[in-house]
Amino acid sequence: MKKKLTKWRLFTFVGLVALVLSGCGEPFLSTLTPAGEAGQTAYDLMMLSTWIMVGVVIVVSILFAAAVIKFRRKKGDVSIPKQVEGSHVLEIVWTVIPILLLIILAIPTVMATFDLADTKAMDKKNEDGTTDAMVVNVRANLYWWEFEYPNQKIITSQDLVVPTDQKVYFNVKASDVKHSFWIPAAGGKIDTNVENVNQIWLEFDNEKAAEADNLFYGKCAELCGPSHALMDFKVRALPQNEFDQWVTAMQAVDAKAAEAAPEDPTAAAGQEVFNQKCLSCHAVTTADARPEAARTAPNLAGFGDRERVAGILEHNEEELKNWIADPEKYKPGNKMTGTYGELSDQELDQLATYLMSLKVE
Amino acid sequence: MSTIAHTQKRGFAGTVWEYLTTVDHKKIAILYLLAGGFFFIVGGIEAMMIRIQLAVPNNDFVSAGLFNEIITMHGTTMIFLAAMPLLFAFMNAVMPLQIGARDVAFPFINALGFWLFFFGGLFLNLSWFLGGAPDAGWTSYASLSLASEGHGIDFYALGLQISGFGTLMGGINFLVTIINMRAPGMTYMRMPLFTWTTFVASALILFAFPPLTVGLFMLIFDRMFGSGFFDVAMGGNTIIWEHFFWIFGHPEVYILVLPAFGIFSEIFPTFARKRLFGYSSMVFATVLIGFLGFMVWAHHMFTTGLGPVANAIFAVATMAIAVPTGIKIFNWILTIWGGSIEFTVPMLYAVAFIPSFVMGGVTGVMQAAAPADYQFHDSYFIVAHFHYVIVGGIVLGLLGGAHFYWPLMFGTMLSEKLGKITFVLFLVGFHLTFFIQHFLGLMGMPRRVWTFLEGQGLETGNLISSIGAAFMALGIIVLLVNVVITQKKNIQVGRDPWKDGRTLEWAIPSPTPFYNFKQLPLVRGLDAFWIEKQEGKTDMTPAEPIGDIHMPNNSFVPFVISLGLFIAAFGAMYHADEGKDWAIPVLIIGMLITFGAMLYRSIKDDHGYHIHKEDLLDEAEGGTR
Amino acid sequence: MAAEQKFTQHTWPESPEQATLEGKNKFLGFWFFLGGETVLFASLFATYLALKDSVPSDTHAKATDLFELPLVFFMTMLLLTSSLTSVFAMYHMKNYNFKKMQQWLFITVVLGLGFLGCEIYEFNHYYHEFEHKFTSSAFGSAFYTLVGFHGGHVVFGLSWIIALMVRNAKRGLNLYNAPKFYLASLYWHFIDVVWVFIFTVVYLMGMVG
Repeated sequence: MKKKLTKWRLFTFVGLVALVLSGCGEPFLSTLTPAGEAGQTAYDLMMLSTWIMVGVVIVVSILFAAAVIKFRRKKGDVSIPKQVEGSHVLEIVWTVIPILLLIILAIPTVMATFDLADTKAMDKKNEDGTTDAMVVNVRANLYWWEFEYPNQKIITSQDLVVPTDQKVYFNVKASDVKHSFWIPAAGGKIDTNVENVNQIWLEFDNEKAAEADNLFYGKCAELCGPSHALMDFKVRALPQNEFDQWVTAMQAVDAKAAEAAPEDPTAAAGQEVFNQKCLSCHAVTTADARPEAARTAPNLAGFGDRERVAGILEHNEEELKNWIADPEKYKPGNKMTGTYGELSDQELDQLATYLMSLKVE
Repeated sequence: MSTIAHTQKRGFAGTVWEYLTTVDHKKIAILYLLAGGFFFIVGGIEAMMIRIQLAVPNNDFVSAGLFNEIITMHGTTMIFLAAMPLLFAFMNAVMPLQIGARDVAFPFINALGFWLFFFGGLFLNLSWFLGGAPDAGWTSYASLSLASEGHGIDFYALGLQISGFGTLMGGINFLVTIINMRAPGMTYMRMPLFTWTTFVASALILFAFPPLTVGLFMLIFDRMFGSGFFDVAMGGNTIIWEHFFWIFGHPEVYILVLPAFGIFSEIFPTFARKRLFGYSSMVFATVLIGFLGFMVWAHHMFTTGLGPVANAIFAVATMAIAVPTGIKIFNWILTIWGGSIEFTVPMLYAVAFIPSFVMGGVTGVMQAAAPADYQFHDSYFIVAHFHYVIVGGIVLGLLGGAHFYWPLMFGTMLSEKLGKITFVLFLVGFHLTFFIQHFLGLMGMPRRVWTFLEGQGLETGNLISSIGAAFMALGIIVLLVNVVITQKKNIQVGRDPWKDGRTLEWAIPSPTPFYNFKQLPLVRGLDAFWIEKQEGKTDMTPAEPIGDIHMPNNSFVPFVISLGLFIAAFGAMYHADEGKDWAIPVLIIGMLITFGAMLYRSIKDDHGYHIHKEDLLDEAEGGTR
Repeated sequence: MAAEQKFTQHTWPESPEQATLEGKNKFLGFWFFLGGETVLFASLFATYLALKDSVPSDTHAKATDLFELPLVFFMTMLLLTSSLTSVFAMYHMKNYNFKKMQQWLFITVVLGLGFLGCEIYEFNHYYHEFEHKFTSSAFGSAFYTLVGFHGGHVVFGLSWIIALMVRNAKRGLNLYNAPKFYLASLYWHFIDVVWVFIFTVVYLMGMVG
């Protein structure tokens, strides 16, 4: 009965065509367009395993289709076919060949596992406590991400800025429930646990980054609550000199700089509102000296340069006001709802102006 | 009591009471089929809601919180309350007949197992009406599940705990039955493959459920009684939950798939008219899969941070399971090679199973490569993989098995025509829904996401996937119509309806007498019935003269024991709430009902009853039949 | 019918607990059940070892602070002896000596109750003298769950044996209740073996630190 075989093959084909038409995903998000060494290692292993397995599927399909077609019962045939007990030779063949194929897969797997786990460089500390390696401490929260640069002594959130063409090492953990830190285009993910710190390295290739407009999408990859799907973060991969410039500019946003009133009167009014209602949780200086437990909200230094509002909304004043007016609508279950009372339209305008003025670039 | 009393027609109330108190494996099988079938529909509706929500980006068909409840219940219901009970239905209906036994070793416990499953499943699903279902995924990872507000997770933990006790009992029951109650001449290596897979799956149940029991107790204690197993502030550790869950969870999927393999191992030979190729290898592969199934659990935890040594070891161990599974696939293909293949509905499912399951299996090997899994894990690639093996393996097995064994369980045969319509709709829908999901995962879509945003390349794939789900739903609706029409028409098809039955279950009269075998049969080799048929006989040679048959009594006690735990669970769940003073007394009363019923059972003498030889001889001379 | 057959000391089968199909099934089924229970306790032990001394702060008692040898050793002796007395009971069962079997079962129960009494005293001691509670730390949760589950099994086992003794007092021994007694004694041995592990892993290893 070939009918049912062709039917599902047809639909699978249609699905594949649709996929091809939609492209193999976006270069800023897809695991199929790796933008760095870790992603490439994972991708190579994915390809190797795929090709081996495609081979297996083809062999099985051919044998199987042949059997099903060749030995269909003819109408009215009541004969009993020859009963075959088995074949030792065949059993050996189809045991040994799969084992060989698996060995071909297993060796690179083990090698890559150890390669990707090699974070020794981040433990080598200099006399002043810094490391030569580029390190970022990632803290996952409901529903936002904090990025601390221990060597550069700056704290930021939601937008992870990294230099290209070098290994970037991450210490990751979570502050409330388990999340998972994933930049699909750059490499595999690592869970952020509450009870321990995990370590991972990623690398961002300069040329590949340019293809993706220097912006990669990050995702939370462990169910953490209602807004798990909305815990996106962004990754800006910059060439070394641009990255250094960004660091210097961020370091300049110290306490004094943060306290200075903006020139624009609306923004200045916004700063007043901010200091009253928001400052207890949100820092606007990158030199936030509070202990981790006290840093309960994203650091907003340089907010004006960010890619998104709250990780998911378009970055403009309109959406910013929408978010502040009713965060629960956009991220159900978030921890900011109800912590600052109602704001008037005027206060919202002022706040939005102030926040958008927080730029370093 | 004579046989005649048992074949009398009962009224509706009589039938209900019969089923509430039955200890007969055949009736318990029907109970499992009905309950499992019901929960399969519930899980299916939950699946439709998921796919409707994800058909387009930024959808608000359901809220974020409700979505998390739906995905949790979809997974939990499908695995624990649909797949397992449906497989138990077939294991109960078929295995004792296949080994020539008159019932399982512990008929009372068999009934108890069903009622525990039923009340556990009922308790879990009442959460929908009592404040919200669990919302931390079917895996209920500890930090999120502790933080989850409301009683949803409590329903999960208590419901699964009660249900799990039932499953454990079922496992022990089947093990003892197979070891102690085979008919004369049936050595282990003459047992049909479905019995072997039941055997190995039962051993897996015995050893895999206790870790889940411990994990669930710890979750219950942490949430309801103030302990600190998973509370980091108290010195606890959430990774312990992950370990226990997966030490259970991985063998669980083999518990599900092995009996499905067993069903296919019966279907292929029957409809190819050819014995199973490589029987000893198939037995060996089954046992090896069962054993290796306990060695690989941490491949679900590659991204947890266990370190490269652990990850490498589990990666290689996981790849190893592909070998015995592959052995099975090749043996099935070689079974039909050279045979005479008839494409009945069961055979269609078997034929569709091979490529579908192989596709799921190979993505499993891909995921075994840990660094590749760092990308696959918690993405739609994983969702695609496990649906391919679960739907392409287990569900196709259940659908094929339902058609194949329907005459055995009900004496009627489902319509082949409607069956083929269901088959095509369901198969097409299955591939449409899940094939594209591999690519969604590769393109960066995480799993368990309530919605996805525009401009990330995920729109087309999700839409295709949702359309496929509609096909599957249609297929199942046609199946339901098939069932209703068939049962209403009630055309009895008689013994050995497929004409090529090879094993003992097809050798007995249809409808099956309630005592199964008037005389235990003498088994002369593998495919015992086939051997007799090849020598021109129409019946099995008996291994004993006609004599009194000892049968167990019905009992309402299993229902009561289960009801007591169900009641107690409410008390446990609500006792810490404000203003619920009734909770502790309810907890105590529930436990008293359960232990009281157990004590009552222990104290009473219950020797069953005998069917007398004279009544059996009457029947043999054409009495009531 | 086999189960109600009357016996003498000479006609009573050598292994009465396995002389009927029901007995054989119960025997095998119960060993399987104990296999599952072994995995259950293994999981509890694993949890205990992972969370041993896992406390929120240094003011909480740890294993080396809590555990002392004399009481626990005495409890171990009680339980081991009760296992021995249950063996005597089974010996008499196999010899169709109902009265002696009941007597040794009675002693088993008394020793078991003694064990329980000591354990209650011990828990009370930790609770009041050291503030070591089920809800005070992960260590406490793990300890009380492991040792408490064992204690729960002891309670269940004692209830079981008592129920059997009372139930069969007038009936005497027959092939229907012989398997019941046998399984109860098997269960009792299992609890004893688990206790030996608890004594070693929790108390001895705990005292060494």
